[in-house]
Amino acid sequence: MKEEPIINIKNLYKAFGKNKVLKGISLTVKKGEDLVILGRSGSGKSVAIKCLVGLLKADKGKLEIFGTDITKLNYKQLNKIRLRIGFMFQNGALYDSMSVRENLTFTLKHHADHLTEENIEKQILEALDSVGLIEAIDKMPSELSGGMIKRISLARTIIIKPEIIFYDEPTAGLDTITAQEISELILSVQKKYKTTSIIITHDMICAKMTGNRIILIKDGLIYVQGTYKELENSSDQWVKSFFFATNQYAAAPGFPA
Amino acid sequence: MIAIVKEQLTQAGNFSLFIGRFFKEIFVPPFQINEFLRQCYTIGCKSLPLVSITGFIMGLVLTIQSRPTMTKFGAESWLPSMVSLSLIREIAPVVTALICAGKIASGIGAELGSMKVSSQIDAMEVSAVNPYKYLVVTRILATTLMVPLLVIFADLVGIYGGYIGYNVHGTITMRRYFSEVIEHLDFLDLMPATIKTFFFGFFIGVIGCYKGFNASSGTASVGLAANSAVVTASLSIFIVDMLAVQITDLFF
Repeated sequence: MKEEPIINIKNLYKAFGKNKVLKGISLTVKKGEDLVILGRSGSGKSVAIKCLVGLLKADKGKLEIFGTDITKLNYKQLNKIRLRIGFMFQNGALYDSMSVRENLTFTLKHHADHLTEENIEKQILEALDSVGLIEAIDKMPSELSGGMIKRISLARTIIIKPEIIFYDEPTAGLDTITAQEISELILSVQKKYKTTSIIITHDMICAKMTGNRIILIKDGLIYVQGTYKELENSSDQWVKSFFFATNQYAAAPGFPA
Repeated sequence: MIAIVKEQLTQAGNFSLFIGRFFKEIFVPPFQINEFLRQCYTIGCKSLPLVSITGFIMGLVLTIQSRPTMTKFGAESWLPSMVSLSLIREIAPVVTALICAGKIASGIGAELGSMKVSSQIDAMEVSAVNPYKYLVVTRILATTLMVPLLVIFADLVGIYGGYIGYNVHGTITMRRYFSEVIEHLDFLDLMPATIKTFFFGFFIGVIGCYKGFNASSGTASVGLAANSAVVTASLSIFIVDMLAVQITDLFF
């Protein structure tokens, strides 16, 4: 893993009215790193990554991606950065009026005028092959299951060959087996495309499988960070409570060693 | 009370900014021609059956209902011109626009509202595609262009409905009926009525888009956006119509 910081957050603050969600988060992510962000619902995990892609405006703080502070960019400049970033939404967020093929070509057609139809088709097939769903190419999102929607959403994310991928609860709402398949898929994408990943999840199996560093957010601040093992063996009561459920999952078949 | 006034003023401010952004984005490339044409088809062609039926019924009913009074005054021969003038100047534009408000504004409000709550608009944004330009500008342009065309179509079908209505209790050839209609039609009957339909179309599009684009989270807000779009668009049609009539009256 190279030691270049690809994301650098300094004192990120974000409030919605009187509700202060983020209270000065500082964080650095190196190139090629796979960071998992854990925390209770409403702790500001999703808010933090939405600030990073400019979907939400930070109240205060410095948000550097690829060495550029995105809070100082105009819309056009921000979009240039966004083309190097992938974002997988919690519900997949596939365009439901478009087929799988159209979903995948949407960004390409808007930003890659130089690509021929043949090239676009090749890229679609490659992305769908990576998620194992070539047969769904002409289906509509309404014809897909929850797991398939997540896979297609991942294919749509990787088709632009992003350097960083944000995963917002990629396994939420899926059964244990499908959730594990998605985690394995994230792992294979990390290896194949050599992306830097930030994964927000409540799923400890996913966290263990996909992250090489884990941070825990509590009350709008980073509470603790380390590897899965370090946090699992932490003596802190609050951290322990987080990992308590994992021990129960560990007894279940299929839990990674 | 102060809070309500403040909220209304904030809404008015946001709505003005939304319209302002439309005029800013419309001239900046890239132009979403394919999406604009798709919207023209969805908004225009798919509304044709509904507009045809209502236009025909408007002309038919207006002729049948007006006939006894016109006959009483010995002005039965004026029926074609009276019906066509009423349709072209007022009835067809307003009724067609109201139908479009019900069908198109609610459709746009629900579609964009649903896209908003399911993060599809956010997905577009992070894909570096301007969702305002792709979703809003194309729809507003399509309604502004299609509603006048639908009104003109409703005028024609309505006048034909009037011909059928005339022949229910009387006899007139199609040639004579239409020559009566054209003879009494003036450029000033057509122009103001047509110009105001562009404003009807614009407000139907802009209100539908505004309500959908600003839907809050939750599925209930999709229904609310659709409902609110219809009510506000319908109200705006009456207000625009009232202003158009006043302005026309002042100048012509």
